[in-house]
Parts: sequence; structure tokens; C-alpha cells
Amino acid sequence: MWALLGILFFALNIAAGLIWLERRLLALWQDRYGPNRVGPFGLLQVVADMIKIFTKEDWIPPFADKWVFILAPGIVMVTVLMGFAVVPFASGIVVSDLNIGLLFFLAMSSLGVYSVVLAGWSSDNKYALLGGLRAAAQMLSYEVFMGLALMGTVMLAGSFSLGAIVEAQARSMWFIIPQFLGFVLFLIAGLAETRRLPFDLPEAESELVAGYHSEYSGMKFGMFFVGEYLGIVLISSLITVLFLGGWLGPWLPGLVWFLIKVFAFISFFILLRAALPRPRFDQLMGWGWKFMLPLALANLLVTGAIVAARVH
Amino acid sequence: MLSLLRTIGDVFLHAFRPRVTIQYPEQKAYLSARYRGRIILSRDPDGGERCVACYLCAVACPVDCIALQATEDATGRRYPEFFRINFSRCIYCGYCEEACPTYAIQLTPDVEMSEFRRQDMVYEKEDLLIDGVGKYPDYNFWRVAGVKIGGKDKGEAEREAPPVDLHSLLP
Repeated sequence: MWALLGILFFALNIAAGLIWLERRLLALWQDRYGPNRVGPFGLLQVVADMIKIFTKEDWIPPFADKWVFILAPGIVMVTVLMGFAVVPFASGIVVSDLNIGLLFFLAMSSLGVYSVVLAGWSSDNKYALLGGLRAAAQMLSYEVFMGLALMGTVMLAGSFSLGAIVEAQARSMWFIIPQFLGFVLFLIAGLAETRRLPFDLPEAESELVAGYHSEYSGMKFGMFFVGEYLGIVLISSLITVLFLGGWLGPWLPGLVWFLIKVFAFISFFILLRAALPRPRFDQLMGWGWKFMLPLALANLLVTGAIVAARVH
Repeated sequence: MLSLLRTIGDVFLHAFRPRVTIQYPEQKAYLSARYRGRIILSRDPDGGERCVACYLCAVACPVDCIALQATEDATGRRYPEFFRINFSRCIYCGYCEEACPTYAIQLTPDVEMSEFRRQDMVYEKEDLLIDGVGKYPDYNFWRVAGVKIGGKDKGEAEREAPPVDLHSLLP
């Protein structure tokens, strides 16, 4: 129970704090300052943004499909928060260490696509619909090798449970070394899964107004926003757990090591946003199916061969 | 693919570059002496008003933000009875300064003139008139102009010869 509340509190606060962190880091890499007026280092900017977004008019367009329109932003929050249930933050700090934890995460991240697709469809707006369609296509193609990229890790650890995977890394080494290809593939797929730049084609401001959330305002928009940040935290946590040994590390307590690693990856995601342009949609799809998927399959094949050779 | 990695690295290295932002209320940007900001009316070196109320600035103004009324004092010097600039209309183009034949109206490097009420943006003559000479320290229109005013007859201005006496036969 305490782990549940603690993780909920932690995840939501980090997601809110990321609003500030992202703006400050982007500014740092663009030789600016970013928000630095409200409170120390501009930290209270988060509070100001929250007050703003809560007091904005919560507008449901008369042409929208009302109930689906309301449901969509809820789905993204629920599915991402459900994903946190299986993430071990430190030895023993986990809501539910399911023996199929990794499959549960994959299932939840797939369900999260519904939020974007339904939001795009129920808005009854051509740009939102195009965004939703893009989201569906992008998620389908990147989900496939996302799962496949993880199977190498699963084979090495011999378990789908995230806790067991970290313990397996304690026995041998961090899986980033034997599974470097899987790590790169999962990183790219994770970016696409959270719809972060450079894979933000579903919302592509320069092409589709704001894509699937064009018609959203107030806290409904805020939920997409927080959902996206929660997604970044979740993907960073999973990369940490699966490839960087989760809470493992010398001297410091496990939770501290976990947070250090997660924040390094969150910062890396923000760096990618600052550095890379958005690909064209056909390039995105071509990459996914023609390059990433065969690479993931090859990784799976080689890892499987090595594991099989070691057993016999 | 390699170029992508190079881009990421280059952007990361920007973390160690100096930031270009000027922290405005504490730090101020440098405005050159010829910057086109708040408009003033200057005085000549003797302390008199330079403006002769010729209306050229008001005519040149593309947004019609200058209003004035000419009048004359006891010595025959023209000066504006009132001179009003509506800074909520002014676009700081500097045409008035270019049109001014006496260097009276000048633009200054000051841009900090926000007000809460629009009415406060209308500057009257006493707000515009400064005590100094502005950008032209030695210029005095009445001393060089061949116009006759009280205390100065024709031909008495600087670098001016006395008028030719048309009724005399002498060379």
C-alpha cells in the first residue's frame, strides 16, 4: 500500500517537475535561460503552470463525440500509471512484481495508443484525425520490434519479471553490454511509443496544428501533457531496469542509483528533442519495418543461439 | 546516421557555451546613441526653444501622432503654443527628426515608457522639452537664420553679410 502511494506520488511529481526540467534543459542547449523568475531557479513555474491549466476553460466542442472525447485523456493516464505497477524502484519497492511484468508493460503501452486514436477520432477535426491515424500506424510498427528487442534480455535473465531481470544482472553484468543492439532498438521504440520528438508525428505542430489534441483545452489537454511526461519517466525506468541494472550500484542506496539512471535517460530524451529534426512519415514507417524489425529479429536469433549454446 | 550522433553531440556541447539572454530588468541591452526611441524637443545653446512650429514634423509623421499650434512671442520668434505627441500611436520611424529644419525634435535611446493607462502615453510640451541641446551642441537656428526678429535685424546673423542696398549706386 505504501509502495503504491509512494510510487504514485513520486511518478506524478516527477512528471510535473519535468515541465520545468525540460524547459530549462532545452534552454541550456539553446544558449538561453528558460523559466528562471518564479521561485528559486524558476522551480515554482510548475505551480504557476498547474494553476494556469486548472483554471482554463474546459471546452468540449459541440461537434465532438462527447463521451469518447472525455474518456480519451483518461486512458493515457491510466495505462501509463498501470505500467508503473510492475517497475521495481529498488529491492522490494514495487507495487506488484508480476511474473509476466514485462508483458504487462507491453500490453499497457499498447493500450495507451487507444487514447490517442480515440482523441483524434472523437474530435471530429481533420488534423486531429490525421494525428490519430499516424499514431495508430506508428504505434503498430514500433510496438512490434519494441517487444522483440526486449526478448534478448528476457532470454538472458530467463524471466519476464522485472525484479528477476535486475537480479540476473546482479549475477552477471548489466545487460547493456551483451544486449547493446537491443538497448538501442528499445530506446528508439520507446521514443516512438511516448510520441516524443523526433517521433512526435501524431502531434507534429508544423503540419497538423497540434495533431490529436488540437481540440483539447484545460486539464484534458493537461492530462495528455502529463501522460506524455509520465511515459518518458516510464520508458526511462524500464531502460534502467532492463539494461542498466535498475537499482544496482556501489555505495549509494538502491533508490538513489535508480533515480540517477532514470534522470540521465530523461535528460537524454530531452537532448534528442533539442537536437533532432522530425522525419517524414514514410521515412518513419520505412525505418521501422525495413531496418529496425530485421535488426531486432537478428538480435533475437543471435542471442538465442548463444543462450542455447551455453545451455548445451 | 553518424551525422545524427554528431548533431546530438554538438547540441550537448552547447551546454558549456555562454548564454545569449540579457536578463532584462537587471541587465540592459546597449542602445546606440542614434537609437530611435522616446522623442524629445531640445533647446539651443542659449537655452531658448529650438522649435519654430513649422509643422514639418506633423506633416512628415506617417501616423499623425504629432499635434502642435504655432504662435509668436513679442520679439517675433515663432514657437509652439502646445506640442503634443501621442506615443501610443508613434511608430518611432524618425521621419519627424529628418524633417525638422532646426534640429529641435530628436529621438533618444530610451524605450522604457510603458503605462497602465493609454492617456498617460500622450506627452505634452513640458514632458517633451529637455534642458539640453541633444545631439547638436552648437546649433542655434535664430543665430544663423536670415530672419528678422526682435534684437536681431537682417544681416546681423552669423556668416551673413549686410543686405545689399538696392537704392545705392555704390558697388
